[in-house]
Amino acid sequence: MAMMGKTPPHFDEMLISDDQVRSPYTKYEKWFAGEDAGRLTKKSKEAEAFFRRTGITFNVYGQSEAQERLIPFDLVPRVLSSREWSRLSKGIEQRVRAINAFLQDIYNRQEILRAGRIPVELIAQNEAFLPQMIGMTPPGGVYTHIVGTDIVRTGEDDFFVLEDNARTPSGVSYMLENRETMLQMFPELFSQIKVQPVSDYPKNLRRSLSASAPQSAGKKPTVAVLTPGIHNSAYFEHSFLADQMGVELVEGHDLRVLDGHIAMRTTQGYQNIDVLYRRVDDDYLDPLNFNPQSMLGVPGIMDVYRAGNITIANAPGTGIADDKAIYSYMPDIIEFYTGEKAILKNVQTWRCSEPDALKYVLENLSELVVKEVHGSGGYGMLVGPAANKKELAAFERKLRAKPGNYIAQPTLSLSTVPIFTKKQLAPRHVDLRPFVLVSPEGIKITPGGLTRVALKAGSLVVNSSQGGGTKDTWVLED
Amino acid sequence: MLGKTAGGLYWMFRFLERSENTARLVEAGFRIALTRSTDGESEWKSVVTTAGARAGYSAKYETYEGSSVVDYLLRDPANPSSVISVIENARTNARMVRTALTTEVWEAVNETWMTLKDALKRPVRETELPAILGIIRRQSALVRGALHGTMLRTDINDFAQIGTALERADNTARIIDVKYYTLLPSASFVGSSLDNVQWETVLRSVSAHRAFRWLNEGDVSSSTIAEFLILDARFPRSLAFCSKHLVANLGYLAKDYGQRHTCHDLADSLRAKLKKRDIHSIFDSGLHQFISDFINDINALGAQIENDYRFTGQDGL
Repeated sequence: MAMMGKTPPHFDEMLISDDQVRSPYTKYEKWFAGEDAGRLTKKSKEAEAFFRRTGITFNVYGQSEAQERLIPFDLVPRVLSSREWSRLSKGIEQRVRAINAFLQDIYNRQEILRAGRIPVELIAQNEAFLPQMIGMTPPGGVYTHIVGTDIVRTGEDDFFVLEDNARTPSGVSYMLENRETMLQMFPELFSQIKVQPVSDYPKNLRRSLSASAPQSAGKKPTVAVLTPGIHNSAYFEHSFLADQMGVELVEGHDLRVLDGHIAMRTTQGYQNIDVLYRRVDDDYLDPLNFNPQSMLGVPGIMDVYRAGNITIANAPGTGIADDKAIYSYMPDIIEFYTGEKAILKNVQTWRCSEPDALKYVLENLSELVVKEVHGSGGYGMLVGPAANKKELAAFERKLRAKPGNYIAQPTLSLSTVPIFTKKQLAPRHVDLRPFVLVSPEGIKITPGGLTRVALKAGSLVVNSSQGGGTKDTWVLED
Repeated sequence: MLGKTAGGLYWMFRFLERSENTARLVEAGFRIALTRSTDGESEWKSVVTTAGARAGYSAKYETYEGSSVVDYLLRDPANPSSVISVIENARTNARMVRTALTTEVWEAVNETWMTLKDALKRPVRETELPAILGIIRRQSALVRGALHGTMLRTDINDFAQIGTALERADNTARIIDVKYYTLLPSASFVGSSLDNVQWETVLRSVSAHRAFRWLNEGDVSSSTIAEFLILDARFPRSLAFCSKHLVANLGYLAKDYGQRHTCHDLADSLRAKLKKRDIHSIFDSGLHQFISDFINDINALGAQIENDYRFTGQDGL
């Protein structure tokens, strides 16, 4: 928010007051106090040069110059105690279980609709619901092999799930590279402080994908990563994950349907693929079944999928579970499928499609965050308290024209963690995206995840496409 | 390996080799322009022709001034063969095949791209030219060194080597093609200063003026130079060396994959054509014809490799 004076007091995860440090940060603070600011500034520059040389960049759409940008990396870690993490991970696991049960149900028996727990039209008229998936159960019964749950914090015990990201969540390569960078820059920190490792992620990802292979696959299923290509904003991550897993990175034009299987063109002919970790959106996956203009997908892959001869991770149609309108029903969904109360809270959400909610939202626009139901990446979003009168008025017109397109939430007072800037620490708002792997063998959550940080003082927008940065995220050993 | 990956590696190393060759051509042109006062224009013109950039250049410029030739060949993004264009292409291919490269090779290419983009940001002044040409050649050597020192000797390395050798053979052949008349014994101003200048240009274009003298003490004639560039397999830019290298690396692939293709036959016959010949028989049957045939053979071989190893999806199956 632009007006620092009006920012409500927020929870800082490191400093309770100027001379009191929260316990997870005690050891780090002690180390930091003994460091020379000049040395840290130099380290910070080294990290940037390292990222640029290794090509850890992302592409920004609509910017022809400076097409490849770095995501700024801040050297102060975000630290969670093992107690905090264990509660978080339980909550995430519960949620991800519920999401998979919901997807299985919504594409098959639709018990939840029959029970009247969510309105039928929310599903029927939702473009994230894929009719092509009706009656279809993916190999191993897993829909969301990879989930990136976005979590924000507002107080000591107040964690909220902001988004479920059950389609093709990105950012895990930054989680891994941030830790590598920290290990290289400050090895001494890791001998003083015991941090739970994250480096097993690629191995676990491969294992998890292999375990989800169709029956027809042999003992060692062939896995490949499908990328839209080098111009995609997350291409670095696609190639990074393929490389780390030791599998091929393919594009649509490397693949074809051959004898009822998906096969990739190699220098020695075509070779079958059993599991495709696709980083291509549903709509582009199969020009014969979805968007006929798509050049990124594989014509006919849905037929192979329905015949049970390939695993697509994540399954097509998972978007119905992380849709922002469905989000508001998540507490009910969790209860319906697990019989338990949700461990992690939802953010209060007004569905602008409902007249009463719309009225409230219009009356309180300057205090709310309004998001597009199908939007992502922080685009097309209004942060009420940070908007001026003209922006508010313009948004109100959009809202009135298509209310069903929006949901609204209160402006949360996100927690802060200090960043190192101008030779000192300064608080900045953060969120957290832990990464979850789901396979028939179970659910695995890497301790920590990606912490995104707004680099501008007071700003609540952490998206990398809008100038956010990242931090290494530590979960302490007991 | 994916066919696309093989193609990416092959092209990545063709482009890198091309950047170095272009730098060499410019260096030779620059040297001649500095040391000989007359007829700089025709020298620069032949540099542009050798670089295969004649049509694009003449669409943009009327005359062959040193500064505009240098600009067009080094930093004009509209010229698909300019150093900046080919380095951009090399890096794009490297990103595409990132999973096949070691960190060292990838970082060397990425650094090359960053360095040259910076060095070629503004028009190059005459005083900076030698330094910048040096950077271009050094960067190319850096990538090749990283490849040599860190890559497994698998099909990945084979495709990289094949791309390099093919591009180099093509380049040396084009230099001879453009200058063939100066290498004909019948153009017999033997010993005249004109010949010396021309010969020196040819040798400098492939950075061989010293190597040649080492191996051919005192015997500087058109036929010894032609023999050196075409048939001397000790010289790493000669047609004989390149074709030997192509046969060897294609052979590794055939062994590795347990399968021979049409491209193997083409490479063998290319090699045989050079092995059986001596320079006099080449002159007798026509140097120009020989070189034209060689360039055609090299192009056909390249196309056949692309097809046999399924670089693109146009192969039916």
